[in-house]
Amino acid sequence: MGTAVATEVKTMLTLPGDAVRQIQWRFADRFDLQMLVQSARSVARSTVACMVAAGERNNHEWTPAKNAMLQEFDRAGITAAFMEPEEGGFIVGPKNLALSLAAFELAWVDGGAATASLAGFLALAPIHERGTAEQVLRYKSLAAPPRAGENRKPWRGAFVLTEPIPYVGVDTGMLSGRMHVAEWKDGEEPWLQVDKRGRFITNIAFANFATAAVNSDDPRIKGSCVVILEEGDEGTFDHGTATKKLVHQLSSTGDPIFSLKVPASRIVGGYTVKDGVIVPNFSHAEIIEAVFRRTRVPVGLMTAAKLLSAVEPVIRYQRGRFRGAEGAKPGTVRYEHGIQQREDALHRLVDVWATGEAAASLGFAAARLFDALDPIEKRKNGILQERGIRGGRAEMKALRESEQRAIEMLSLRPGDARRAELAADPLVDFVLKDAEANVVCPATKLWNTGHGANMMREAVSLMGGYGITEDCPGFLATKWMDAQLEATYEGPEAVQRRQLSVTMTSEVFLAQFRVWTAEMRRIASTRLGTGACTLASAMQMWHWTLNHLQKATDADGNKLYHGQRQGVTFPLADALCWLLASRSQILDVLELETQGGNDPVVAEGLAGTVQFLSDLCHTQAAQAAGEVQRICAELVFGYNRHPAWDEAGHPGCFLASELEEYEETMPGISAFAVDVLGADGRHPQKAGPCADCGGNSDFLRLQNKLATCLTGSRLAKDRAADTVSKVMIPEALDYPA
Amino acid sequence: MANTFHIVVCAGIAPDPLQTLEPVTTPAGPGLKNEMVLPAVLDPWAASALYEAAHLAAAHPGSRVWLVSLGPRAKLQQVMMTVAQKASFELVPVDGPIGGFTDAHATAAALTETIATLPGLDRERLLLFGGWESATRGAGVTLQLAGERLGIMDQFQGVDHIDVREDGSFEVLERVEGGKHQASLCAGAPAVLGWATGNLAEPRNNPQVGMANMRTILPALQRARSATLDARGLRYVQVSLPRQQRTTRVAKDMTADAIASEIVEWIGAE
Repeated sequence: MGTAVATEVKTMLTLPGDAVRQIQWRFADRFDLQMLVQSARSVARSTVACMVAAGERNNHEWTPAKNAMLQEFDRAGITAAFMEPEEGGFIVGPKNLALSLAAFELAWVDGGAATASLAGFLALAPIHERGTAEQVLRYKSLAAPPRAGENRKPWRGAFVLTEPIPYVGVDTGMLSGRMHVAEWKDGEEPWLQVDKRGRFITNIAFANFATAAVNSDDPRIKGSCVVILEEGDEGTFDHGTATKKLVHQLSSTGDPIFSLKVPASRIVGGYTVKDGVIVPNFSHAEIIEAVFRRTRVPVGLMTAAKLLSAVEPVIRYQRGRFRGAEGAKPGTVRYEHGIQQREDALHRLVDVWATGEAAASLGFAAARLFDALDPIEKRKNGILQERGIRGGRAEMKALRESEQRAIEMLSLRPGDARRAELAADPLVDFVLKDAEANVVCPATKLWNTGHGANMMREAVSLMGGYGITEDCPGFLATKWMDAQLEATYEGPEAVQRRQLSVTMTSEVFLAQFRVWTAEMRRIASTRLGTGACTLASAMQMWHWTLNHLQKATDADGNKLYHGQRQGVTFPLADALCWLLASRSQILDVLELETQGGNDPVVAEGLAGTVQFLSDLCHTQAAQAAGEVQRICAELVFGYNRHPAWDEAGHPGCFLASELEEYEETMPGISAFAVDVLGADGRHPQKAGPCADCGGNSDFLRLQNKLATCLTGSRLAKDRAADTVSKVMIPEALDYPA
Repeated sequence: MANTFHIVVCAGIAPDPLQTLEPVTTPAGPGLKNEMVLPAVLDPWAASALYEAAHLAAAHPGSRVWLVSLGPRAKLQQVMMTVAQKASFELVPVDGPIGGFTDAHATAAALTETIATLPGLDRERLLLFGGWESATRGAGVTLQLAGERLGIMDQFQGVDHIDVREDGSFEVLERVEGGKHQASLCAGAPAVLGWATGNLAEPRNNPQVGMANMRTILPALQRARSATLDARGLRYVQVSLPRQQRTTRVAKDMTADAIASEIVEWIGAE
């Protein structure tokens, strides 16, 4: 027979397929989600890809083709993914993972398409999270795609929070949108006059309704709320002009103007009347907090999808780079391997790939966490309601005891009866998951999109000049630019860092972080080569630094860890994100290794796949460790004033004459003396005497340990690079470009 | 019940056509490199048969559609996540080997054994559907063999259309040379129809349909019986890829005439 003999190898055979991803991202037992993935993929790689290839992104306006894309979403079940079965959907229970998977698949081809799908959910999210039963039923049913035999157009919604300058949406606590009582007859429902201008509002060109954040402008209405506005309401529902975006052109963005008269029943979550004053049951801040903490996760996953989507086109480009050239004949290294004969090209692609894996792992972990949190949060609300506790501060006070119980639980060994008792407490469960969610949500949004955008640039660069052309397979250049918007909308990076700087200091979170650090060490003891030990050392360093900075002051005696001191808090938040992403990546690979053998499809090449993905973990853990070390060292030492060549700085220096004397009793000491002052006051040409570690020797010990913990990480990178040069890829991309 | 059909569609799975397909020798004989881990699709010819079956069943209320598929259970499950969204059917999986190098006689035997024992199947109303060809290896005989084993003498291959009449008879259009069809009139079921591409577009994915199908598909996959295919007497002398190498070229703004001219020129060069 004229074929090669297949040999058993421990290298990854093909790019990770669906079966591998289903195990890693924990939906192998969810066929509803698997079908949603296939469905969304089909739309992405046909309709959406054809639109992008045909230049539909070159138009700011909402075109018939873009509108047809929404209809494709409807037909494919993407729109209904947000709904319960009784509302026209097909997925039962929490939908965070479902929406994340759909967004991931769409963003694999185009971020704007993913945004268009998410924006509809975003409009409904305030109603879903805090709406009255009537509001939920009405708007979700209207927004659901028509069922078989139904002849109606589904309603589309827009979430209207961001406003024109000066607020521009960064400070969501301040609103210029206003409402006042327009009419209030005795015994009847009040009518409200709502005036709001929006800016950069997604989905607005075709929205039939909007959920808008407004403040009261009337003593008869208390505080703020989110109000539902319909296109048919009395007054002005102006969709506004299209924003001239350079990115995400397959989603609609514009600056609408609303001046509408609506019944008070449109206040999301309802209201009560107290002493003649309308008191919304939920302020706009309470609602957007509930909404954004969930919807930001899919955005982070969009950038992760782009990074992973870049792998196949880059490999194909690299391998085929010289084919057709005079000197590259079939069978030659240049012909067969192209640019992949060079280590740098492979190593850089490994970095892109590792980042994509880590970002996806972090994002999907966050999505699953919110799926787990949703029912627990409802249970918590029920328990507190039974106890007559309501409102932000009262809830926080009531949960303080649960927080202490949670911390106690984490300190106990598995199998301890007290631990089991505490673990069974739903409020303990809630505070644990809530503390984690408060960190992983902004971490996903911040790290995936911010660092992801940087790495998309790297991916583009790997395609050479081709990368920044419209013809680049995989649309890499547009994905790179789109990533910048993903880092910005739904709360720009500063907002995420600000949130992290508060939530990452929660005692409950830090107690969990300690457990996670120990967990990484434990993993490292049985799974060599994942980088878990490196990561654990970096986690220790981060935690030490946080503790240190919370107590330390700068050279002028000012507190270092302080809300206003973003030069301290923000970099530390960045460092934490690296750690969390790397941790999630390692846990996903372990899950694959543990469960993969049960699936014959995955089992076939499991050893090689796990080896490669572990090498990516190790590579990423080393990167994370490097970042953490850099940031922490800068923060720990950077706020000390450097000694100068003055009286205050001299005590750390030797005098030349002293050294001569010492040489007699300690020969060779001069070789160790760095800062030596001459008799005439002459000193070495540098900034001043070298700074000592001033009580930070623990940090230096950690730093030293972390440096040695990098051992083997470059070997892992070499192995990963070797796999990248050999892995089998399809003959062509499965979507047009 | 007039004009209700029991349609059994035989459909295997094939590697996604975009994948790199490289023949190799395995301990079990010839195979494709990494075939088990390559993404798979329902064999495109048989998929056409499935869509035609669903269409026919919808036009004749009371009809039933079974999809009998032989392949590794885990691969079938992955493929069903897409296929189940496209049409309503009952899956009858047979857990067996992957690949296009199995013996057509043994495959046909395994399929007919399964079909013959389908609960509720009325053999008098049976239409045996499948692909006229296969994307895995175009022996193109499995369906005929299965039909013969089931004792069905009316067989049509390369079918693009059937038109059912009120009396239960139906006209069949089969592909013949020169882009023409041969029209035949069949008295009615039972019959074997090996489909070409048919005239229907591939249905869009619809998760609602998929969820309904999954209620029966997953239990069916769990209780799928295993089949070992007898390969005695089968020996492959040589396995190779088609001589024509695929060369993908991105071409935009080409008219249909220009594309047609280029194809004609290419055919001439071959």
